[in-house]
Amino acid sequence: MYSYNEFDEAFVRERVAQFRAQVERRIDGSLTEDEFKPLRLMNGLYLQLHAYMLRVAIPYGTLNPDQMRQLAMIAERWDKGYGHFTTRQNIQYNWPALKDVPDMLDALADVGMHAIQTSGNTIRNVTADHFAGAAADEIEDPRPYAELLRQWSTDHPEFQFLPRKFKIAVSGAKADRAVVRAHDIGLEIVKNDAGEVGFRVLVGGGLGRTPMIGKVIRDFLPKEDLLPYCEAVVSVYNLLGRRDNKYKARIKITVHENGIDEVRRQVEERFALLREQFGGADQELLTEIRAAFAAPDLPARPLDAFERAYNSDPVFRAWADTNVTEHAAPGYGLVTISLKAHGQTPGDATGDQMRVMADLGEAFSHGELRISHEQNVILPHVHKSDLPEVHARLKAAGLGTANVGLISDIIACPGMDYCALATARSIPVAQQIATRFDELKLEHDIGPLKIKISGCINACGHHHVGHIGILGLDRAGVENYQITLGGDGTEDAAIGTRTGPGFAYDQIVPAIEKIIGAYLDQRDAPEETFLQFYKRVGMDPFKAALYDAEEKQRAA
Amino acid sequence: MSRQFTPKVVTANALLEGDVVYLTEDDRWTREHREAELIEDEAHAQIRLVDASARADEVVGAYLADAIPGPNGPEPVHFREVFRTRGPSNYAHGKQAD
Ligand code: SF4
Repeated sequence: MYSYNEFDEAFVRERVAQFRAQVERRIDGSLTEDEFKPLRLMNGLYLQLHAYMLRVAIPYGTLNPDQMRQLAMIAERWDKGYGHFTTRQNIQYNWPALKDVPDMLDALADVGMHAIQTSGNTIRNVTADHFAGAAADEIEDPRPYAELLRQWSTDHPEFQFLPRKFKIAVSGAKADRAVVRAHDIGLEIVKNDAGEVGFRVLVGGGLGRTPMIGKVIRDFLPKEDLLPYCEAVVSVYNLLGRRDNKYKARIKITVHENGIDEVRRQVEERFALLREQFGGADQELLTEIRAAFAAPDLPARPLDAFERAYNSDPVFRAWADTNVTEHAAPGYGLVTISLKAHGQTPGDATGDQMRVMADLGEAFSHGELRISHEQNVILPHVHKSDLPEVHARLKAAGLGTANVGLISDIIACPGMDYCALATARSIPVAQQIATRFDELKLEHDIGPLKIKISGCINACGHHHVGHIGILGLDRAGVENYQITLGGDGTEDAAIGTRTGPGFAYDQIVPAIEKIIGAYLDQRDAPEETFLQFYKRVGMDPFKAALYDAEEKQRAA
Repeated sequence: MSRQFTPKVVTANALLEGDVVYLTEDDRWTREHREAELIEDEAHAQIRLVDASARADEVVGAYLADAIPGPNGPEPVHFREVFRTRGPSNYAHGKQAD
């Protein structure tokens, strides 16, 4: 795994020392909040509804066991014993006291982590496929490129004051598990007709107030041109992007207003200049980085222990069927640890749970853990014969829920339980939906289904790309929830369509039940997934289920 | 005739812990909504807000929030302010734990 070089280490330590002095000066009154706010945001420190919040970057979602243990220690020593994993592969601490934050940052630096560029109008944490370097359908591990992008974008002098925040995601597989089409720059590793590996580059994707699917700006970019090309995109955006209106400042609007062809023309022009300047230094760096991501040695081993457990223990079998994905190496699996126990807060893990996951990563997954944008944790390289032991230990820690990809595996942003920008709550809605469908024992019958919930139009909960999306709003001083259907965050990305009028807080779970009822009653066969059904029949049966009874009541 | 003025409280977050606080009549910061000064006059509300905002080494982000009189003191009106008096709904953390 990649570890920080001396330059990174010195840079992070210096930033912590600076911030420590800034916090002291804020507390003793020599800095005003107006002066201090940009400084704290540069270091990932937000002020939310009830307390401060520290957002820590987990670059491309990859962690080693020591880092995970340190996250546990920080949660217990300076927070309330848990952390919240986010849809951008970050972790958030919801209750730090201001004076403790420099110590927390120092503790992070001890394991090569930080909170830099997790806020502000900069290039944010670069995210990647959480199955990177292990997936059976992968062309190449995207993380060396994500790391190259991280080093290039960290403290990049030209890009500290962009018109707005800027998010990059990289995927190296055929299936898109990183929602690359909803990013400012989405990078897909592809093979061209000549068999060469390069990138398909998309720009202008994004959710939020004006959701847009990214547009292809370059069908095939040779690998070695990655940095100059990305720099060209960001610098064209830096000039063209609007600074007069926050809501029109993201690159998706720049692309929309100028047209993809004009943006492409300007990017290519700038790229021609930059390409010379890079001169290949980045390629030497990439070679070093790549060595750090070399795949672990995964020898073939007998599968008897796995087969025995699989055939004799139905609980284990259900878990293995839903939470384990085939690995590129025969006999191995990718374990997705669900942080979505029914009724719990999506994405939360206690310090104890983090340590259990760290230990399992160490013993059974070649020292690697991943955080997914779906707010789960992944052990990427587990031999199947170790799965019974892994499952038993997860179960004992309350981490054995077999629901990955099912209706209770819900993405939910913090919403109005924490976030100062929220217009409604999202966590309790997720908790109630998961609890309800667990009671109904329908989860496995319903099959693959992604519900995504955001507590405001900013869409951190990716509701636009949920098969069922839920958006919490404030309608005349009351929480109200809009439902969208048919969204898709994969390579077939689509923005969901609104069903119609929204639902009150106590009506949202019944509304979801009606939607599921319509699907179960009318699907062709159990094999027809919710999304396939929606694509075949459209909105009508759902509208009927949601609103007809109401209309009849009103008419009566 | 001018429109009816909805009474207000001055609220903010404490600088050190980030906890929600309210301004009392005798210029203390309290953690209890019911102890807040209920301000019924618009001009007075603006003055109290200016005073509160000046106390930058104690609080962050002071603003006026709607409130109504209740049997034990002022009560919040909007659900966001109700949540701020309690804490999150997924754990017994924040004020509701004290
Ligand atoms: S979607 Fe809105 S409520 Fe949810 S975390 Fe983002 S900004 Fe906050």
